[in-house]
Amino acid sequence: MNQIVPAGKRTSTELAAPETQDFVTMFIEGQLFGIPVLTVQDVLGPQKITRIPLAPREVAGSLNLRGRIVTAIDVRLRLGLKKRAEDKKGMSVVVDMGGELYSLMVDSVGEVLSLPAAKFERNPPTLDLHWREFSIGIYRLEDKLLVVLDVGKLLDFTRNE
Amino acid sequence: MDDLLSEFLTETSESLSTLDVALVNLEQNPNDPQILGNIFRLVHTIKGTCGFLGLPRLEHVAHAGENVLGKFRDGELEVTPTAVTLILQSIDRIKLILGHLEQNECEPEGSDEDLIAQLNAMADGRPDGSPPPPPPPPMPTFESVAESARAAAPPPPPPPPPPEPEMEMEDDPVPVAPAPVAQQSAVVLTGAAVVTGAPLEAKESAVAAQTIRVNVELLENLMTLVSELVLTRNQLLQMVRGKDDSEFATPLQRLSHITTDLQEGVMKTRMQPIGNAWAKLPRIVRDLSVEMNKKIDLQMLGADTELDRQVLELIKDPLTHMVRNSADHGLEPTDERKRIGKPEVGKVVLNAYHEGGHIIIEISDDGRGLNLDRIKQKAVQNGIATESELETLTPQQIYQFIFKAGFSTAEKVTSVSGRGVGMDVVRTNIEKIGGTVELKSVPGKGSSFIIKIPLTLAIVSALIVECASERFAIPQISVLELVRVTANSEHGIEMINSAPVLRLRDRLLPLVSLKRQLLLSEDTEERQETFIVVTQVGTYTFGIIVDRVFDTEEIVVKPVAPILRHIAMFSGNTILGDGSVIMILDPNGIAGATGESGLLGGAQATDTQATRESHADAKTSLLVFRAGGEDLKAVPLALVARLEEIEVTDIEHSHGKPMVQYRGHLMPLVSIDGSMSFREEGRQPVLVFSDQEHTMGLVVDEIVDIVEDRLRVELSAGSAGIIGTAVIAGKATTIIDAGYYLPQAFGDWFGRNDKEFGNTDFHAPRVLLVDDSPFFRNLLTPLLSVAGYEVISVESADKALILREQGNEFDAIISDIEMPGMSGFEFAVAVRSDARWGAIPMVALSSHATEKDFERGRQVGFNDYIAKFDRDALIQTLASTIAASKGAA
Repeated sequence: MNQIVPAGKRTSTELAAPETQDFVTMFIEGQLFGIPVLTVQDVLGPQKITRIPLAPREVAGSLNLRGRIVTAIDVRLRLGLKKRAEDKKGMSVVVDMGGELYSLMVDSVGEVLSLPAAKFERNPPTLDLHWREFSIGIYRLEDKLLVVLDVGKLLDFTRNE
Repeated sequence: MDDLLSEFLTETSESLSTLDVALVNLEQNPNDPQILGNIFRLVHTIKGTCGFLGLPRLEHVAHAGENVLGKFRDGELEVTPTAVTLILQSIDRIKLILGHLEQNECEPEGSDEDLIAQLNAMADGRPDGSPPPPPPPPMPTFESVAESARAAAPPPPPPPPPPEPEMEMEDDPVPVAPAPVAQQSAVVLTGAAVVTGAPLEAKESAVAAQTIRVNVELLENLMTLVSELVLTRNQLLQMVRGKDDSEFATPLQRLSHITTDLQEGVMKTRMQPIGNAWAKLPRIVRDLSVEMNKKIDLQMLGADTELDRQVLELIKDPLTHMVRNSADHGLEPTDERKRIGKPEVGKVVLNAYHEGGHIIIEISDDGRGLNLDRIKQKAVQNGIATESELETLTPQQIYQFIFKAGFSTAEKVTSVSGRGVGMDVVRTNIEKIGGTVELKSVPGKGSSFIIKIPLTLAIVSALIVECASERFAIPQISVLELVRVTANSEHGIEMINSAPVLRLRDRLLPLVSLKRQLLLSEDTEERQETFIVVTQVGTYTFGIIVDRVFDTEEIVVKPVAPILRHIAMFSGNTILGDGSVIMILDPNGIAGATGESGLLGGAQATDTQATRESHADAKTSLLVFRAGGEDLKAVPLALVARLEEIEVTDIEHSHGKPMVQYRGHLMPLVSIDGSMSFREEGRQPVLVFSDQEHTMGLVVDEIVDIVEDRLRVELSAGSAGIIGTAVIAGKATTIIDAGYYLPQAFGDWFGRNDKEFGNTDFHAPRVLLVDDSPFFRNLLTPLLSVAGYEVISVESADKALILREQGNEFDAIISDIEMPGMSGFEFAVAVRSDARWGAIPMVALSSHATEKDFERGRQVGFNDYIAKFDRDALIQTLASTIAASKGAA
């Protein structure tokens, strides 16, 4: 009933976009990531998070966003990276998936970029398996590369249990 | 006023106002079947309800009106203004009676003969207002038509009612004038009725205006808003707490009161009497009683107990199911009841009442109670528990198995129940709404289910606790009491083999460390005090160890995110007054993760193993160990209930015999060579054997391995307690006769305490062993094989007959009597009725060994009958019967 299915929003992240698509950009370990702007509800600074015992490691906990309970996901751990150092403050991007709110914890959140479809490319086959699963494709920017995250898969914990 | 009546009045006055409009429409489109249909239906409903409520006067008027309308609808009568007028008149009369009803709660005196006569006349096609029955004189038809035209005309002319003009004419202020009405002639009376109808209109709307129909969704939204309001209020209270002089204190207190009132008010709008959920039950039970030919008396108490409609919806089906179960499985057939001296009529009682923020619903019957043996059998059959596990359980614990999926103990699947989808769904549904089901059953006396559910789902009161600096909420519904344990309190937490327990009023309370359950980091500092939340789940009471206990708080339960749903420990999460998110613990989940369902853990494994062992040729799992020497020893693993390591310090002595306290009972310890030497310190490995109510520990030095191998005893040993030697995993291994050690602990374990068994001199006669109990299959297979038989064992008569179909031949059949499915007696009949196995000697094995059983056994074709625990007799009998049959052949 409440399975996480990449909801309708997923299509907007698919390569179908005609000309340009807007992405909220964020950084993890210096790498640029993007998720479609329309999936984003909020951008948060550091929050008070309640740990959830027995939850998957990537679930950092839950937090109260204006009376709604949001589940926080540590994207670093999800991508197989190390936990952020205690002293560094992170930021989060809140997304809505099937009526539930999730907060994706990243190092920092950048600006919104409008990217032309011509710059889009499929995942290079050499990309780390783990990353390939969560990445829809890559945008070639002037000075760096942007990995488009598949939010649906990022939040689908049923597959790797 | 009676609820039913006021509801009827509201509903009827609503229908009536619709009717007025519809009738006027009808007059304009006399042949619109849809309008006619509507009108007919409305009047019909009124009639039906009146009959139900015992309002004969209303019913008669409505009935007569309905007749006429029926004719209109069927096209037998033409819709004329006169006819419509007459119908309108009857509607006015209905209103009049209703008005009286509203004021006095009873129908006014008087009769409606006149009106009914007119209506009947109309229905009979005599458009005549005069008394009907006297058969119309030969030729007055024409005249009477004219007369009726005159009679009907005066009040309102063709266009429908407006009764206002007459108001002035008859200015009698008394709205209801029953007495004159009754006596007046037809024409005058009609007028009076119309007149009094008018002032009534204002009155009846008084009742109508008292209730309105509101979309449920709107109410749901309101409830959500109120929930949020409660949260915000809690938040504000938290902020002001501790600041006595705050200027907000007073208005906040007021806000708090209003919020509480509002919450109660909104909750009330969602409340419905539980009787609504029961409405269908009498019918279901009636049908059942006809179908099953049982006499059933369904008593429903407390039907007006109110609860949240959301909850009501959710428990409707479980309740129906349970009542059906009680009536179908619970109650004995009438003749059986008669035979055992119970009243013929079986009783199913539904009782609902409020108890401290919860609703308790009891469903009880005075039937036969749950069948413990059937449940055990079924549990073993379905692999939910092994037999040895069952022996360690109390009947109440075993009853709980009926809540497992795929469990139906009905012997036969009837159209009503027994399809194996049932109680597990019931429990799941009830637990989904934060409720609990308890089950009590007394054999022969009946069983009762007690459902405890929160009044409303949205807001529950919860105890806030702290553990490893994290806070959690525990629903108050499951909390029995709180116990504070300090370093110098009388009873501290004690450990049994690292399982914490607490002595609580002459009882041992099993404890669960929340820290350990939730894998929270243990803080090293020694606590001054800890708290134990005594929690009840079903019949299981246990304590949850927490660090601190805060107060209780009204919390709004929110479901956890889908990615966390698999964690059974949590039933939801919520936002506290201070704005932080906390998890709500699910006591069911915690109980499930610990002792209570722990015994189900290995069920799957033992089940597959049992089937595997059903063919003697297949491999057997053997537990290899060392005890009393360096050589390897082994026992069939299936005989071992558990492997335990016992703290040497826990070993106590009584009567010079060593024993330990184990799962609430004393377990005697036996060593393989009788030396009774234990390790000096640390933990002593023990093999636990269980049967019936006995548990015994066999002390071993070391558990080596579990291997799967063919159990072929090649050398039979002369010494007691040893079956023989077999090659297991390539090594010579002594096979231990567990049957020898059991009686050492308990004299009565087996019927006889004889360790000798006769060796017979046959060249591997083939024996078929049919027994549903893996315990006995595992016990007898090595025993028989060492006695020189080739043993094929199966767990049911059906399987045995399959072997027959496959063309297997045996020298003897040993069969259990009590088996699920085909019993031993039936099996014997089946064997004897077919030529293939017709001559094979059969030996019955049973724990019931009375003369009667013997007799019956012989009748159906068993050659001999042996008590189940008499191993000696079995070997000897087997030998002699085989010899006898060989000799005969």
